[in-house]
Amino acid sequence: MQFFTSFYLKFVDIFITRGMYKMVLSGLKNTAVITLGALAIGVAIGMVIAIVKYFADDSKALKPLAWLCDVYTTVVRGIPMVVLLMIFYYIILVSAEGITVGIIAFGINSGAYMAELIRSGINAVDRGQMEAGRSLGMSKLQTMRKIILPQAVRYILPAIGNEMIALVKETSVAGYVAVAEVTRSIFLIRNNTYESVVTLTLLAAIYLVIVIILTRLLKLLERRLSNNAKRRKS
Amino acid sequence: MLNVVNLEKHFGGENVLNGISTEINKGDVVCVIGPSGSGKSTFLRCLNMLEKPTGGKIIFEGDDLTDKHIDLNAHRQKMGMVFQQFNLFPHMTILENLTTAPMLLKKRSKQQAQEKALELLGRVGLADRANDYPAQLSGGQQQRVAIVRALCMEPDVMLFDEPTSALDPEMVGEVLDVMKELAKEGMTMVVVTHEMGFAREVANRILFLADGVIAEEGTPDEVFDHPQSERLQSFLAKVL
Ligand SMILES: Nc1ncnc2c1ncn2[C@@H]1O[C@H](COP(=O)(O)OP(=O)(O)OP(=O)(O)O)[C@@H](O)[C@H]1O
Ligand SMILES: [Mg+2]
Repeated sequence: MQFFTSFYLKFVDIFITRGMYKMVLSGLKNTAVITLGALAIGVAIGMVIAIVKYFADDSKALKPLAWLCDVYTTVVRGIPMVVLLMIFYYIILVSAEGITVGIIAFGINSGAYMAELIRSGINAVDRGQMEAGRSLGMSKLQTMRKIILPQAVRYILPAIGNEMIALVKETSVAGYVAVAEVTRSIFLIRNNTYESVVTLTLLAAIYLVIVIILTRLLKLLERRLSNNAKRRKS
Repeated sequence: MLNVVNLEKHFGGENVLNGISTEINKGDVVCVIGPSGSGKSTFLRCLNMLEKPTGGKIIFEGDDLTDKHIDLNAHRQKMGMVFQQFNLFPHMTILENLTTAPMLLKKRSKQQAQEKALELLGRVGLADRANDYPAQLSGGQQQRVAIVRALCMEPDVMLFDEPTSALDPEMVGEVLDVMKELAKEGMTMVVVTHEMGFAREVANRILFLADGVIAEEGTPDEVFDHPQSERLQSFLAKVL
């Protein structure tokens, strides 16, 4: 009891009385900005790579581009996120702000994984669909847009959701390049107050709640997607 | 209209088509028969270049489709294809299945495309299913829609690859009836089929494929009643 009372009092003192909740909120905002920005970049890169590789199967002109995509995914997957982040911050984007670097670096990292997710979503669509589209005279790109991707979305969206959940947690290392996302903010508060238990417990709880909420939303989305598919069957 | 010159297709080391030459004229209904694995589907799929031939030429309305610089998409618009597995677009309603390509490729307005689609759908007895999704239809109904989908592009020739092979026996008739109707209206058709009754009744020419060549060809009378080669005789003995 003693412990909880003291925990509660410290919590109120640090975050409310001393107003440090503002730091937490602005940290959360940065976490959200990096996550969503990186997700958007990742999806865009992943989409381009997936489509380039799909078309490269029978287009000689795209082979070099497909090879570049392979190099990109291999390199990105082989480097730890923190290292990638620092390379971007200290070498490639020296004059950019930390948060911009964060968005770009996480986006580029995410793109390598997204490409694979989107590719398997596309491959999950029956091959006969492409042939049907082509036999009507639609180009490969038109068939991709009108026929394949709308069906692949059903497999791709849940995968993107999972990637997003992983990404939120991963952004906790953005503090390495001076971005005050939520982890870094709480660290600063801890350094200020010498109070580890209260601050770190709150930090863990924050991530946990975010992940639980996202997971729920994802389940809901999956149910909707499969209901849509079922409605067409009944 | 469709001139096949010395068509060859190899898959890796396997020679599937070994020099096929034939001519398909306007109004012809050509049925392609032959044992399983003889290359019937490959032959048909080479006609609209879904399969790239490794040798020979496909001359369609004067243009060589195997030419690297040809606009294949434009030519394919004039060649309808019906697949064994229907391959309707499951995420679209029947009406959307029928109107997407004409609107996209023939620049039809939505209204024009829908009118045409509904008219043709009515002709195969499915006008009331326009707003359903493919999975809500039976196999026979889906295949009729697939035929209509190809017809909505107003093709000059229709290619069928065993259109009734994936159907329950009681649904075969309704699809064959639509095809007979189409033949009667003068549509040029190339039909790979195991339905010998249909071939005899509707075709004006039969190609018997064996080992990647046309082993024998002729009118239904010639092929079914007076087969010359031993291969054809033994094939017919098995299937008739
Ligand atoms: N994409 C492919 N890759 C490799 N081999 C193939 C491919 N498509 C067909 N083949 C081979 O070509 C041969 C002829 O196949 P095809 O499908 O044209 O025969 P078919 O006459 O249509 O047979 P069926 O009556 O069973 O449909 C088969 O031995 C098959 O294994
Ligand atoms: Mg076949």
